[in-house]
Amino acid sequence: MSLELDQESKRLGVVISGSLSKGIEVKLDSSASVEDMAVGRYVTIEGERRRFFGMITDIGLGVADPQITINPPDFSDPFIAEVMSGIAIYGSLSVMPLLTLSGDETSLLQGPQPVKTVPAHFSVVRTASQRDVELVFGQEGRERFFIGTPLDMETKVCLNLPVFVKRSNGIFGKAGTGKTFLTRLLLIGMLQSASAVNLIFDMHNEYGWAGTSESGHSVKGLKQLFPSKMALFTLDEESAKRRKVSADFVVRIGYDEIEPEDIEILRQTLNLTEASVQAVFELARQFGEESWIEKTIALQPGEASDLLDRLHIHEGTYRNLRRGLQKLQRLSFLVPRTSEKAVQKILSCLDQGTNVVLEFGSYRNDDAAHVLVANLLSRRIYEQYQRRTERALGEGSQSPRPLVITIEEAHKLLNPEVSKQTIFGTIAREMRKYNVTLLIVDQRPSGIDQEVMSQLGTKITCLLDNERDIDSVLAGVSGHNELRSVLAKLETKQQFLIFGHAVPMPAVLRTRDYGSTESYRELGLSGPAELKKKAEQDIEKLWGN
Amino acid sequence: MDKIAEVVESSTSQFTAQCYELHQAPPLGSLVKAGAGAVAVYAVVSQVITASVEPGRRAIARGKDEVDETAVYRENPQLLKLLRTDFTALVVGHRQETKLHHYLPPQPARLHSFVYVCEAQELQEFSQRFDCLSLLLAAQPAGLGDELIAAFLRQAAQAHQDHHKFLVAAGKELAVLLNGQTSRLNAILRRMKE
Repeated sequence: MSLELDQESKRLGVVISGSLSKGIEVKLDSSASVEDMAVGRYVTIEGERRRFFGMITDIGLGVADPQITINPPDFSDPFIAEVMSGIAIYGSLSVMPLLTLSGDETSLLQGPQPVKTVPAHFSVVRTASQRDVELVFGQEGRERFFIGTPLDMETKVCLNLPVFVKRSNGIFGKAGTGKTFLTRLLLIGMLQSASAVNLIFDMHNEYGWAGTSESGHSVKGLKQLFPSKMALFTLDEESAKRRKVSADFVVRIGYDEIEPEDIEILRQTLNLTEASVQAVFELARQFGEESWIEKTIALQPGEASDLLDRLHIHEGTYRNLRRGLQKLQRLSFLVPRTSEKAVQKILSCLDQGTNVVLEFGSYRNDDAAHVLVANLLSRRIYEQYQRRTERALGEGSQSPRPLVITIEEAHKLLNPEVSKQTIFGTIAREMRKYNVTLLIVDQRPSGIDQEVMSQLGTKITCLLDNERDIDSVLAGVSGHNELRSVLAKLETKQQFLIFGHAVPMPAVLRTRDYGSTESYRELGLSGPAELKKKAEQDIEKLWGN
Repeated sequence: MDKIAEVVESSTSQFTAQCYELHQAPPLGSLVKAGAGAVAVYAVVSQVITASVEPGRRAIARGKDEVDETAVYRENPQLLKLLRTDFTALVVGHRQETKLHHYLPPQPARLHSFVYVCEAQELQEFSQRFDCLSLLLAAQPAGLGDELIAAFLRQAAQAHQDHHKFLVAAGKELAVLLNGQTSRLNAILRRMKE
């Protein structure tokens, strides 16, 4: 215990210079080894009137006299090395002050405050204790979901879920850095707290049923963990069967549900010309929005040329459009008519508080399927939500349950060219007005429209090493340069940087364990044996008495 | 505590004392104390001279036919009266009543004050602080100060329970004082620990 206390209050050094905008320079004491430091760690600074809470953003080496670097003393002698360290040569830290923890009435009531000044010269800097971290990030509870621990501590860092779902959020990181694990954890958090219902476009079939970890072992999906709270929809029944996944609903989309705007968004994917897109609107007007696709494809050569002349559509344009539409036809989930509309089915699930995962099955790499389905369904659902929210406003009744739509490979739906047209651009911009927000998961944030990026409330990012991606994620954040160095030094797995509305300050964290039996238990989830036992008990209760 | 010498020349920054016994001066770098009354002046032995009692009259070689040095003195007992051992000590602090000060005294040590070698406890008390190092560094001729510091710290370290910790703390103080003089600092550090 005494060792732990010693570690908790370990003195690191003193503040020697700095500014609020550029961060604070700390000279390390000789007792604190520069090699024990790490960027992203928390420190507290004992100012004269208040305590500051900050994060190490850079670590350096300094010398009191430049001459020593030219004629270095004999460091093989331990005595000389010990004397010199901390005096003639020293380690230095760059610390970004983030919050103040003063003891006055305001801060006692309102918690840590954003930092507006810097500590005085030679204020003592110490490593942050577990208690400090708890004070800043709050304790785990119904509304606070434990997502990870600081790099060198076991303290639970929590995310404020109600605040999190109020705005659109983003999860970024290179492939294989743990985006999917993080997303899965956040979804579990939202499911458990019931702070929002989720619609997940599961491009890679990773969330609904079992997924795999980087090491190759299988981890449970949401449907396995929350059978009663989840509905599993699939676009590809065959793939689901092959994977032994029992889907609740097989999604079919009728041609009549596809509107000209949907084709407009697919322009790049289907390789359509600008003129073809215009022709779509003309043809839809001609044939009616419900059957224009079928009729356009079914046009006979003679019939076509008359019609095209009348509508002033060039022959080449028509051929281009036809090729594009035929590509769509190849998607087997598109059928001329459907008896049960997927949108209605999804909405009724969401209304009951059931979360929906839509698996893409073997269409996992089909951009056209991804863009078309995600956009088409989301637009209809968003329209419903918009209507309901407006009605609720008018009638003073309760507005619909917040909805979070999770999209992977978000750059395909939110790149600068299509973000103005897709519904996702609108949701990101209009934010929470209609209780619908996005959870964007992507590996190339630079491909996403900056306007959308700037609207994200909380950003969570695993390792990124492309300059443009880093810039894109950190654009507009205070302490941009400092966070940059932290972000580029993250480990490739299980570490992430989180900043934005749902956390009081940027934090580098180690992802909470997920996948082991123990982790499921910690998440309050029952194992298969327990589930079976519970089911048997339920049956007994039902029939027994 | 036995007196070993008597102040024969005194100024604010240093004094010279004549030893009661020939060749019995305290070692270089020792902490000595002049006066044992209300005011005591602390000084570090910086120079030891053994010469003829009469200035201008040098000792002459007498041992040509003797077997060893002790025989020279045995055969010439007058030598013990004709020769003297003096030492000079640089003032580094003083004690007024019971309070120890690490700066120069308001008055120099009085002539004919008795001089004592400080014992371990007093040396340990005095060397709790390193204020005297800057006074010693400035000692003339050049180079003497460095030797004095190394000798003083070696002896003081023996008075402290944790020799190593004491020497490191002293070394750090020197590193601050000798900022920009790396080679000089290195030379002192090497001599300190030997």
